[in-house]
Formats: sequence, C-alpha cells, structure tokens
Amino acid sequence: MPATLLLVALVIGPAILVFFLSFTNASLGLAGIQFIGVANYTRMLTDPGFAQSLRNTALYVAVVVPTAIGWGLLVAVLIARSRFAVLYRTAYFLPVAASLVALATAWEAILHPSLGFANTLLQLLGASPVRFLSDPATAIYALAAIGVWQLVGFNMILFLAGLSTIPEELYEAATIDGADRGLKRFLLVTWPMLAPVTVFVTVMTIIRAFSVFETVAVLTQGGPMKSTSVVLYTFYEEGFRFFRVGYASAISVSFFVFVTFLSLVQMRVSERRARWKANGGQ
Amino acid sequence: MILGQSSSSRIVSHAVLVTGAIIMVFPFLWMILASLTPQSEIFDGSLLPTPTLHGAIDNYGTALSAIPLLRFMANGFVVCLAILVLQIAIAIPCGYALAKLSFPGRPILLVGVLLGLLVPVQIPTIPIYIALAKSGLLDSYAALVLPWIISVFAIFLFRQFFVTFPDEVLDAARLDGFSELSIAWRIMLPAAWPAVVSFSIFSIVAHWNDLYWPMVVITNPDMMTASLGIAYFRQAGEGAGNVGALMAGGVLVTAPLVSFFLLMQKHFIRGLVLGRH
Repeated sequence: MPATLLLVALVIGPAILVFFLSFTNASLGLAGIQFIGVANYTRMLTDPGFAQSLRNTALYVAVVVPTAIGWGLLVAVLIARSRFAVLYRTAYFLPVAASLVALATAWEAILHPSLGFANTLLQLLGASPVRFLSDPATAIYALAAIGVWQLVGFNMILFLAGLSTIPEELYEAATIDGADRGLKRFLLVTWPMLAPVTVFVTVMTIIRAFSVFETVAVLTQGGPMKSTSVVLYTFYEEGFRFFRVGYASAISVSFFVFVTFLSLVQMRVSERRARWKANGGQ
Repeated sequence: MILGQSSSSRIVSHAVLVTGAIIMVFPFLWMILASLTPQSEIFDGSLLPTPTLHGAIDNYGTALSAIPLLRFMANGFVVCLAILVLQIAIAIPCGYALAKLSFPGRPILLVGVLLGLLVPVQIPTIPIYIALAKSGLLDSYAALVLPWIISVFAIFLFRQFFVTFPDEVLDAARLDGFSELSIAWRIMLPAAWPAVVSFSIFSIVAHWNDLYWPMVVITNPDMMTASLGIAYFRQAGEGAGNVGALMAGGVLVTAPLVSFFLLMQKHFIRGLVLGRH
C-alpha cells in the first residue's frame, strides 16, 4: 500500500531519525555529524534549565488534567438532564473551536496586571491586584487556567457521547435496586459505564496538557524567570531557534517515551477496571 | 436521565452550569467588546470596554490594513482544505484495508497505527523540517500541508467504523465486480460519513489554530496562516500594544471557525457516538 510508505515517510521514519539524531551533536549549520553517545541525555539530566521546564510542565499537567476532566464530566452529567442542554453545550464548546492565539490575547488583556477585568474586579472586592502573567509565582497557573478553559468543552463532548450510549434499562434496573437518586445512581451506573470514555479522555487530556505550546509562545515565551518554560517550548527553542538538533532530539525522544509510558499505564489500569467490572459488577 | 431530580438539586446544577458557561463565553464577549472600543478607552478602569462606532471603524480598519489579514485567512483556508482532503483520501483506503482485508503484516501495521496515535505531533518535526529546508520548500504551502497528510487518528477512527460493517455486503460487491478501491470509495466512505464529519471538524480546528508548525516553517509574511498572522500582528509595528485592533483581528480569525463549528456540532457528536461501538 502506498499509504504504508507515507506512514513510514512521515511518521515512523522521522521518529527513527530523531532517535538516531539524539545520539549525535547534529546542529543546523554545522557541517559534520558526530556520534556522541548519550551525551545529550546526560546533559539533559544535569541541565538545571531542563529540570525547571520539567517541573513547570508537571505543575501545569497536575493542575490542568484533573480540573479539565472533572469539570468536563460534571458539565456533561448536569447538561444531560437540563432543558437548556443545547445552549449550555454551545457555550462550553466555544473555546474548543476558538483560535487559541486570538483568545489568548483576550485572556492576556483580561488578566492585565493593573487595568484588566480580573484585577478591576479584585479591586472592587477590596483585594490587591495580581500580576497574573508577569509574576513568576502565578504565571504557570494563569496559563493552566487558560488551558483548562480550552479543554473542558472538548472533554464534555466526549463524555456526552459516552453518556448517550448508556442504555436506559440500566437506570431502570438501578431504580428497582433502590438507587433512584443522584450520587448513588451516578456511582452505580453512570461512572462504571463511562470508564472506557474516561480512559480515552484522560489520555487525550494528558497528551494535550504535556503539549502546551500556543499560550506559552504567545503570552510568556517561557518567562518570567523561566517559570513557564515547558518541555515543548524548550524543545522548540533548542531545535528551531538555537538549532541544537541533537539535543532537541534527545528531548523529544524522552518526551515520547514518557507520554507512551503514561498512556500504556492508563490502558492497563482501564483494562483491569473493565475486567473487574465484568467479574464483580453486574 | 443520568441523575434523579429534585428541585433544589436542579437549581444548584443550573447555578454551576451558568457560572461555568459565563467563564467559557466571557473572553469571547470581551474580545468582541474590545474590538469595537477605541484603543485609548479599553483600559480606562471601567469593568468592560464601552463600544463606539469610530472605535469599531478604527480597530477593524487597522486590523485589515496594517497586516494582510485576509491573505492570512485565505492561506489558512487553502492549507486546511488541502490537508483535510488529502487526509481523508489516504485514511479511507487505509482504514478499510486494516479493518477488512487480510494481507501479510497487517497486525504489525495495526500496532504501528496505535503507536502513531501516541506520538505527539511535534516529535518527527526536526527531520521533516530538515528535509523541507534541504528541498527548498520552506515558506510554501507544501511545507504547511505535506507533514500532516497522514492522520493516524483518521485511520484509526475509520477502521473502528469499518470493523462492524457486514462482510456479506462486501462479498456481494466483489461478486458484482467492484475493485477493492471502489469498495473503499463507493461503499465505505458513505458508510463512514458521520466519522468523516467528526474528523473534519477535528482536523480543521487543529490546523486552523495550529501555531507551532507555521512558526517553524514560515518566515515570509505572505505565507502566514491566520494563527501565525495574529501572533505576528502582536509583535509587528502597528499591532504591538494596539489591543483594539488585535481583538478585531481575533474576531475576524475566530468567526469562520466558530460559525462552522456551531453549524456542525450536532453531526460532530453523532459521529463520536456512532464511532464508539
């Protein structure tokens, strides 16, 4: 199949090349390429700048993933029984379709250090203003808030799709079993039935949170004081601004291994949960 | 019904939903208001910008004249359409082959596809960038389109759709003299229509809004896509600091996609639901 060749040319081949390049001192503009073994990897592990970008990314992911999933699930469950479902769905959906670059600029203005909406509101409430994006202590959280804002609607849609596949009879059965209300019903029927969707949503959200780039590139360029230099942005700077191809390749290989590992763990966990459900549930 | 109902819980749930919805919509509202407000009055200490007619004319005028915004949008449109058409043209036969044909290496290919799903798009970009640079293709539509024409996600999605398709229909079609390719196009494509629609939305949204790749391969302003154009506008002379004009640009760049999305959202959800069997 010619498509196989394309897959090799555009995905697998380059991925293998990246692996190879990560053991070299390749650099755009530098003529020769030399094998330097694992030097790029040891440099990465000892580079305080990279450690910082790892910490920043971990912090970002730790905030964004549970919030965007939890909120998306909550909204989906609440919308499913609402008369204004279409209206709510549309509202939560908007950020998914928005040009993030344009809307990030809107967020920047809303979070303006002195005169933005957020700070005007804070001052009206008697609080002192926060320099959201220019304070190293808050910048990554501000970006995480924008990240959550952008992901909730997407997760909501996936959960809504999952909810619509739950057969109504299960709820009737639950009612007969005495689980006729709220949380009980949710825990007995909805949550277990949503398990596969939840796994998918979690993996997607983790990957997207790890790949945060637009807001960093547009709003903070990794600053202030490196507080928002996330892994992908560091990779971009190393590879395409400083042209340290070997080092950037090492970063991307590690990134790939890490994301793959996380996804495999997720799948394993969900499989076990599914099996447990098949044996114990029902 | 997902949860049982009582009136107090219904009020709480509306309160939660409304609060969230306001947070979701607010930046759009702010963007639209600011795009209609004179630059000097956007940050005047009031809670929301107050639109005026001359502010609107000024901002949209600047957005359209200071940078070739329409050109950026046209570029984005061409790039998204080209990517989408090629992605579907490749993914439909691939998905069909992986779902319904037996050939040597199929299991390995399937694993390859699943692994490909996990590779973040940025990983293979260094070699692709080098290849494009060596062949003199930087700053071209080809540079923006070619790396994305294989969508592992599309292949996977379509395969999931095709797996449940009844084999008897395919056998009958083969008896009628259909070639495998014409089966893929004339039987499988219509059958996968909801998935095609869902995928189209994913693809268009992703590439219309992508900043990373255009930032890597495009330096010539004439070739910029909408997202890169807005990012460039932020830094280029007249755009820098002109929040009103920037927001006008933002409205223009966001509007087509959001309208398309709103029109298609019902199909989008249906495609996702049908895909999950």
